[in-house]
Amino acid sequence: MKDVRAHAGFPIKPVYGPEDLAGREAERDVGRPGEYPFTRGIHKHMYRDRVWTMRQYIGFGTPGETNARFKYLMAHGQDALNVAFDLPTQLGLDSDDPRADGEVGRVGMAIDTLADMEEAFAGIPLDKVSVSLTINGMAAPITAMYFAVADKQGAARDRVVTTPQNDILKEFVARGTWIYPVEPSLRLVGDLIEYAARHYPRSNPVSVCGYHIREAGCTTAQEMAYGLAIAAAYVDMMVRRGMDVDEFAPRVSFNFTAWGKIFEEVAKFRAGRRLYARMLRERFGARNPKSWMFRTLIGGGGSAFVVQEPENNIVRGAYIALAAALSGAQTMALPTYDEAYTIPSAKAQLIALRTMQICAEESGAADTVDPLAGSYYVETLTNQMEETITAELAAVDRMGGIVDAIKSGALQAEVARQANRFEQALASGVVPKVGVNCHVAAGAAEADPEVELYAFDAKAAETQVAKLARVRRERDDRAARAALARLSDEARATTNLMPAIVEAVKAYATLGEINRAMKDVFGEHKEPVQW
Amino acid sequence: MKVLIAKPGLDGHDRGAKVVVQALRDAGLEVVYTGLKRTPEEIVAEAVQEDVDVVGLSILSGAHVPLARRVLDGLRAQGAGDVRVVVGGIIPPRDLAALTALGVSRVFPMGTPLPEIVKAFQGDLS
Repeated sequence: MKDVRAHAGFPIKPVYGPEDLAGREAERDVGRPGEYPFTRGIHKHMYRDRVWTMRQYIGFGTPGETNARFKYLMAHGQDALNVAFDLPTQLGLDSDDPRADGEVGRVGMAIDTLADMEEAFAGIPLDKVSVSLTINGMAAPITAMYFAVADKQGAARDRVVTTPQNDILKEFVARGTWIYPVEPSLRLVGDLIEYAARHYPRSNPVSVCGYHIREAGCTTAQEMAYGLAIAAAYVDMMVRRGMDVDEFAPRVSFNFTAWGKIFEEVAKFRAGRRLYARMLRERFGARNPKSWMFRTLIGGGGSAFVVQEPENNIVRGAYIALAAALSGAQTMALPTYDEAYTIPSAKAQLIALRTMQICAEESGAADTVDPLAGSYYVETLTNQMEETITAELAAVDRMGGIVDAIKSGALQAEVARQANRFEQALASGVVPKVGVNCHVAAGAAEADPEVELYAFDAKAAETQVAKLARVRRERDDRAARAALARLSDEARATTNLMPAIVEAVKAYATLGEINRAMKDVFGEHKEPVQW
Repeated sequence: MKVLIAKPGLDGHDRGAKVVVQALRDAGLEVVYTGLKRTPEEIVAEAVQEDVDVVGLSILSGAHVPLARRVLDGLRAQGAGDVRVVVGGIIPPRDLAALTALGVSRVFPMGTPLPEIVKAFQGDLS
């Protein structure tokens, strides 16, 4: 008989039965949907009341080009946005900075000043559309720009729903858009959480991401464990800053993937929801049930997509969508079939959106809540995932807790080790990949992919640099400089930096200038390269 | 043979680079890893200082052509034009010719099996 293991490591049996659940209390551990500990989902009727939000990750070139792509997908039924920024923007470099050479508008849209943000959201009512901003190191200024655009549009502040990712801890582990050392970076995360909770109460000022750490190579159980540990670090920080846990915890959200084995992924989310609920209620003393809810985007998973026979990635995407639906996702986003080649074409993005819509409308996956509940297999897996996640959390504690494990690089080294193990498993065929290490057609390697690929337009950078020069020329320079001086002063103190950042943004200070004002005080992070 | 695996530019995706570092070390090669966000100039300086035979650039942002050009130009300017440069990452097929024309010895696009990369370092790159 074939040996089969979960990505989390434990063996999968050929048959499960009632004996696997002996001694468990279904009422306590599984409970009912919409009730503590939310194993079966955070809402009573889930998708019968409202299907998941569909939120493809979009952004490229100039704000104007991105605005057009936003509108194209919204015209096809996408109901929310998820904005991709280029690397200079994510790292706080202006488009005319020498270090931005070749990167402007490449993997997302370029933002230098408030003028760009105004153009990106022109004609998109920010009191009606919810918008995720995939921004971390620069989350505070970019979100300040977003709030400023919403204010200018006349949107009521309690109608503005935005989710800046603002999860810097995972950037130190995966994705790498860190700028400042860990401690001042954490301060900025906290400043944004506090400011948003008080001024834009429906915004979700942090989206804790297990997703990118999994993409960097860790296991399913580690993805959940590290995400929960990072969430706990933020909650703990906010409480220590003096906020009541129920003042901000209801707006904490998550971002996870589901590209692996469908039932294991479902079990991961069911276990994660009850672990999070217990943590918030028992460890942090939250009283508002909304504080106990693990609200999550599920999707992504580009690492599961391959260059060989790229159209097969569309099929893989459909399974990810199904896994996300069966897992109780609040929001969904899928990678596109051309992702192993370049950033998505419009066609590839539309297919991803259509995949989610077909899953929602045609497959029946949205008909009833947590349809796998009560399955001997899935309930057993849920219990095993809970145990494995708990063990991984203990491993993090042995590394000195999540923040110290990140500062020392121990967590990064563990993720890299897992990535190497996974690669060996792919090479040996232990982890099968159709068209890659099994069922490979003769001569397939030489075949050209017949997919339409996005072509990068180098003119976007010129347009962006010219616009930046114009904004710098036309702004009230004295106001911009005064705001930047205030920001530097306050960075030296312990004040919440958001009001100073908002002032700088509104004076059309550039992202590069705002970053420099803080970097002069905070310094730069030095990556612990444990090699 | 001594290898420098480098992450030039702003791209923060280092899974591939770290996996290749581990695989090459397991195969007995001497490997130095730069960490993230190095400028081409820093990479050239480190390659010269460490006296490496091959520089492996890992780039997933799409900026591989300008970054590879700056590293190759820099190596030549430092009199280290004999150091071979290879590139891995998200490299669309249409860019392969441009990288070869710049003087890149080998390209390992997304999807290259790890054993093939290791074999190349043990074979024609050595």
